[in-house]
Amino acid sequence: MDHSSSAPVDYLHADRGIRSWIFTLDHKRIGVMYLVGIAASLVLGGLFALAIRTHLAIPALTHGTTPAASVPAVGEPAAVAAPEAAAVQADAAAGLAAEGQAPTAASTLQETPPRYLLTPRQYNRVFTLHGAIMIFLVIIPGIPAALGNFVLPLMLGAKDVAFPRLNLASFHLWVIGAVFFLAVLFTGGLDTGWTFYTPYSTTTDTRVVTAALGAFILGFSSIFTGINFIATVHMLRARGMSWFKMPLFVWSLYATAVIQVLATPVLGITLLLVAAERIFGLGIFDPKLGGDPVLFQHFFWFYSHPAVYIMILPGMGVVSESISTFSRKHIFGYRFIAFSSVAIALLGFLVWGHHMFTSGQSRLAGMIFSALTFSVSIPSAIKVFNWLATMYKGSISLQTPMCYALAFLFLFGIGGLTGLFLGALSTDVHLHDTYFVVAHFHYVMFGGTLVAFLGGLHYWWPKMTGKMFDETLGRLGALAIFLGLNLTFFPQFVLGSRGMPRRYFDYSLLLDRHPEFAGLNVLSTAGAFLTGLGFVIVVICLAHSLWRGRPAPANPWGAATLEWQTSSPPPKENFLRPPVLSESYDPYYLDDLEYDDKTGAYAGVPLGLA
Amino acid sequence: MNDLTALAPHGVSAQSEQGHHPHPDYVAHHFDSAEQQFDAGKLGVWVFLVTEILFFSGLFCAYAVYRGNHPEVFVYAHHFLDKNLGALNTAVLIFSSLTMALAVRAAQLEQRRALIAFLLVTLLCAFVFLGVKYVEYRQKWEHGLLWAGRYHATGQESNHGPEAASADRGAAVAAGPRAGETTPAVPPELPPEATASEDAPRLVGVFFSIYFAMTGLHALHVIGGIGAVTWILARAVRGDFNRFYFGPVDYVGLYWHLVDLVWIFLFPLLYLIH
Repeated sequence: MDHSSSAPVDYLHADRGIRSWIFTLDHKRIGVMYLVGIAASLVLGGLFALAIRTHLAIPALTHGTTPAASVPAVGEPAAVAAPEAAAVQADAAAGLAAEGQAPTAASTLQETPPRYLLTPRQYNRVFTLHGAIMIFLVIIPGIPAALGNFVLPLMLGAKDVAFPRLNLASFHLWVIGAVFFLAVLFTGGLDTGWTFYTPYSTTTDTRVVTAALGAFILGFSSIFTGINFIATVHMLRARGMSWFKMPLFVWSLYATAVIQVLATPVLGITLLLVAAERIFGLGIFDPKLGGDPVLFQHFFWFYSHPAVYIMILPGMGVVSESISTFSRKHIFGYRFIAFSSVAIALLGFLVWGHHMFTSGQSRLAGMIFSALTFSVSIPSAIKVFNWLATMYKGSISLQTPMCYALAFLFLFGIGGLTGLFLGALSTDVHLHDTYFVVAHFHYVMFGGTLVAFLGGLHYWWPKMTGKMFDETLGRLGALAIFLGLNLTFFPQFVLGSRGMPRRYFDYSLLLDRHPEFAGLNVLSTAGAFLTGLGFVIVVICLAHSLWRGRPAPANPWGAATLEWQTSSPPPKENFLRPPVLSESYDPYYLDDLEYDDKTGAYAGVPLGLA
Repeated sequence: MNDLTALAPHGVSAQSEQGHHPHPDYVAHHFDSAEQQFDAGKLGVWVFLVTEILFFSGLFCAYAVYRGNHPEVFVYAHHFLDKNLGALNTAVLIFSSLTMALAVRAAQLEQRRALIAFLLVTLLCAFVFLGVKYVEYRQKWEHGLLWAGRYHATGQESNHGPEAASADRGAAVAAGPRAGETTPAVPPELPPEATASEDAPRLVGVFFSIYFAMTGLHALHVIGGIGAVTWILARAVRGDFNRFYFGPVDYVGLYWHLVDLVWIFLFPLLYLIH
């Protein structure tokens, strides 16, 4: 609002030198550093994804065009899939046998077709690291630690998070965890899949201990962020900001923090036990020594299922902000959206068993977990309907963050509904470990979390950098990613429901019976490259704004939440005067904010803000 | 829900700001008052303790699963643990919790000497605990009573002949009192032929896997506690604390009580099985 010439220097220019960044206690700078690290990891994980998709297009493109001799004449492709669990292998083999393709014991490991992009060993490592990097380094910390760190104290009208040193420690731990992952990459890789399933993870000769310790450290980073956010929300709200005057993004971060704090320690102890198993032969997961490998799956999913809500909830928070702002309308059903975040956080702890429908879990347990799984869809649907109701009769402007929010609605809708197929016990037995699972997961995690992350990045970009980006380029990037993502993953639903198993290095033998697999795989790969192009456009758009963008006004979108009531970028202490809210303040009452054509910004003070 | 707002310390901050108190050194810039800072820290520590409980809960869960799967192993193997040493360590830790609580009180009352003394006693107890633990671990090591992957109880190896067996048993008996000097004898309910392989259930090592995982992780937390108490001690010597600023003593105290509490569960679960 008041960026007169007497305004103090913003946080970007308050201190100089690399040390003023590495050892800063300013939540905004820590958020920006997280953003840089996460973006770098995203590039690395994305390159792995492109390698996988390129590799998988080759069997389709070369099938039938080459003499049979160059393709291995025998071979059960399952032999080169990462052996996640023996039962899974048996299932896959049985599925093929049922289709009339008798599996043989011979392995294609020795006879790699020379023209494939990756060898089987490389392929297993690449998809493992793609998953591990994307999950642990990108989408878990993505929205909370990068965007949340920057925005949360601003939204609350606070000067910083409750524990700035812990916040910095969290970032330093993230860096150390990332270094462990890079060490894995350069010292022999990891081929267990990101899930570290025993007994394979305790017997493979790849770098499981390094990777497990890396994930352990990243877990601590995540816990520290969670503790910080809980204490910040409880203790540092601006005067007059009651719980129901908090923006919905804060509610979603709060629910996320609760999961981070309650679930992550269990992953920590599990990974420590895997490391101890490998280093000392502890035996807790080794049936030969009286242990139980399925216990690992229980422990792992007790964390990792709630963890998918760590990933998606903050994205839902971003969407809540964007949809209200760009519909110029009060959010519909504020309390329902707020409470549904908490409900998802709590229900998410009760459904982990749906990852073990085919792992020898009892039938009763399977039925209970299946039923509980459906309960999560209720709060998720509540959110979607409230967003739709918010847009109804709103004055919608399709600016870039809104494009991402709409993409989120569409993609999360598909991802969420296909989750019901997998949550249902009977259909899951058919679909598990096929490309259907891959497609579902990517629709939710990429189409949901990453798209929301990109939306949030564009939404708060003017606040973070003080620069406006080019709307045309921004929308073009959003469109390319939206189309590319659908093109990549929608064919995979078809592939999976027709029985193409995931994690296969080579599916050329399936093509005789399923010639349609070829075209679908090529489409999917083309989609991956279109998505990659979309990311290039996003990078160009944002880099261009840093270079040439016009200076951002305090409130470019016309939102009433507090982060827009300070300059862009904010001063080091966030607000020149701590905001004080009166009883009438409402973070979604937008009518007092008027667009001013001359300045290209919204003018006016939200109701109830002194 | 307005009562929730009432709980938040805005009133406090309002007073301190209207009164334009100088911001004391010990209050970080982003807090309005010492009380707000203390409450935030306390909330943070409690949340951290929740994560600690969940961290251990994985192992407690594993304990429950394996005790359910192999009840005979747990009944058999727990005889190899020295109840007296376990009880001694329990007493030591409970006493150290008392001294820690007294240290917090001393900090609140600005009794610097008492604070230092109580912290020193707490530290001493922590070292005694680790010393006793070391003695116990050494006994296990000498007898090959290790986790499943390394388990090679001396009795089990000696099933080739009665002489070898009796010699081994003799060694075990000789080792018993020497290692556990505080305990007069090997526990009487130890089956005299406990080490004879035909009596031993299969997979005894699974008990020792759990034992070492749980007590080892707990010992790591004791070591962490020693670090934390030492840090508080150094700050107490420097005179950092006063009646308005004693949060760190309180927080470390809470952590120390949790470490104590975990042991109070471990002791009966591992040593006192029937």
